[in-house]
Amino acid sequence: MLRYVIRRTGAAIMTLIAASIVIFAFIHLIPGDPVYVMLGDGATPDQVAALRARLGLDEPVVLQYLIWAGNALQGDLGHSVFFETPVTQVIADGAETSILLATMTMVWIVGFGIPVGVLAAMRQGRWVDQGLSGLAMLLASVPTFWVGLYLILIFAAGLGWFPSSGYPSIFEEGGLANLRYLVLPSIALAAPNAALILRLTRASMLDVAREDYVRTARAKGISPTRVVVRHILRNALLAVVSAFGFTFAALISEAVVTETVFALPGVGRTVVQSILRRDYPVIQGVILIIVCLYLVINLLVDLSYRMLDPRVELE
Amino acid sequence: MNTPILSVSDLVVSAGRNLQIVRGTSFDIGPGEILGLVGESGCGKSMTSLAAMGLLPHGIGVTGGKILLNGADITHLAPHQRVKQGCGRIAMVFQEPMTSLNPVLRIGDQIKEAVRVHDRTASPPARARELLDMVRIPDAAHQLDAFPHELSGGMRQRVMIAIALACRPAVLIADEPTTALDVTVQRQVLGLIRELCDSLDMGVLFITHDLGVVAQLADRVAVMYAGGLVETGDVVPLFAAPLHPYTAGLMACLPDPTSDDPLLPTIPGSAPRPDEIKDGCPFAPRCSRVQDRCRRGPVPVAFNDLGQSARCHFPLNHEVPA
Repeated sequence: MLRYVIRRTGAAIMTLIAASIVIFAFIHLIPGDPVYVMLGDGATPDQVAALRARLGLDEPVVLQYLIWAGNALQGDLGHSVFFETPVTQVIADGAETSILLATMTMVWIVGFGIPVGVLAAMRQGRWVDQGLSGLAMLLASVPTFWVGLYLILIFAAGLGWFPSSGYPSIFEEGGLANLRYLVLPSIALAAPNAALILRLTRASMLDVAREDYVRTARAKGISPTRVVVRHILRNALLAVVSAFGFTFAALISEAVVTETVFALPGVGRTVVQSILRRDYPVIQGVILIIVCLYLVINLLVDLSYRMLDPRVELE
Repeated sequence: MNTPILSVSDLVVSAGRNLQIVRGTSFDIGPGEILGLVGESGCGKSMTSLAAMGLLPHGIGVTGGKILLNGADITHLAPHQRVKQGCGRIAMVFQEPMTSLNPVLRIGDQIKEAVRVHDRTASPPARARELLDMVRIPDAAHQLDAFPHELSGGMRQRVMIAIALACRPAVLIADEPTTALDVTVQRQVLGLIRELCDSLDMGVLFITHDLGVVAQLADRVAVMYAGGLVETGDVVPLFAAPLHPYTAGLMACLPDPTSDDPLLPTIPGSAPRPDEIKDGCPFAPRCSRVQDRCRRGPVPVAFNDLGQSARCHFPLNHEVPA
């Protein structure tokens, strides 16, 4: 087990190094002089020289990378050109919103997708199943921003149950009640992914229900609920867990759109604005952190396999 | 024979509204008795056993006849309903030991699960160990923690038998339990079933297409063809002198090592599918003794004084009724 963790972590680090080179190279892919691009046409020669020096662009490329990577390892992702503050600070400012949004979204995905998928499978072919499968199909095919706009229209503008945009920190006035600002965005963000998990859970449950060992379980005379939970769901979740890695990747790109639609001060919106401002250090920093998160989540998914499925040999 | 434990009478199993898969099958099993149910694939053996278990798949159901266990009508009860109503138990060992155990649960947990349902007084871990000992799994205490994929096919089938025994069944149904196993392992498992049947005074319904296994193991034999029983009888007289031409045909198909003929004899044609069965004897199109009246109307049952009976107009080894 330990050997597997070490090997798997080593592989993740190699991936991270490769990704970091690509992210670093990003700044050199800008046509022309990146400094002029970042500062715009009205830059004075002094400003240009200062930024060039600060970005270390006078050094050879390999050295530039090593300096950049070395700094990143020490938690220094450089300075934002626009805010004139450290990139880590810019990201930290958006982190609260994004982390809470992601957590709430996962709660909807797991709390809605899996139980409803089980329900649909148990009522296979009846109207409940057909209704739920239709709903899932609809949610999976409609773009996130459209769901977001409709949620605003109905629940914010129409019924007035939830605020339509913005998010004051839970550490400010209002406290935890401020979480209501995240209800509609997290639902919009969860919708297509929950639909996917729902369909996957349903399909997987139906597959497993046909297995011989489920018949063995029934033959024992244990209650039908126990057959479903202990024998069918337990095995069906194996397929669902592996989907979470992909779900996370989808969440990241959809979060950017959702934060923009709901005007949330999250990392996603920071990225969009930084792209518009050509604030390359911020973009690089955010992408690097997303890559790290993605690697960690996939590592966790792989490890949880071992706990769910004893047949997976890790050596 | 003593009073039967399991009594199946005129059982009809249908898929959907009209398609009869099992057509009026009747048999009894007494305590300590092994009934071998023989037939080709698709003849309705497995559906008969699943009906007795109350485990028929979706869309297939019992549409006629009765299944009595110790006199109680269990025809339409699923296993968990039988537990709730305190009926006696039928347990089953399935054909495929490789896929019949839950791959993510330790075998001990799978056995204990059955113990808890059927044996409120026993301590599940102790009983599970005792059961593994009963089915001759060496080092039982240690094996309880094994996962199914860590065991061989023969060991898994023993675990399946242990799970079945955990239900303290009055009747054990074994559906081709040795087909997927090596010949040597096959013999051990068959020996185990015989032994448990005798020591626990259990009735056993042993389903197979292998006549050799039946001859070794069973006390009585029921031969099934196209959803119905064509012949039943005690194993020795039935093998010595089958009444039904189909039974005789099956026996002729067994390899004879002393024969010079390189080809095995076969029964011409193939068994009809349930939707192809017409009026009269279902075996008529393949039968060498067929006469006009075999093709229409109900077929009478012929008996002999050895307790054998066959559904045939013109039985072999028998005085033809006038």
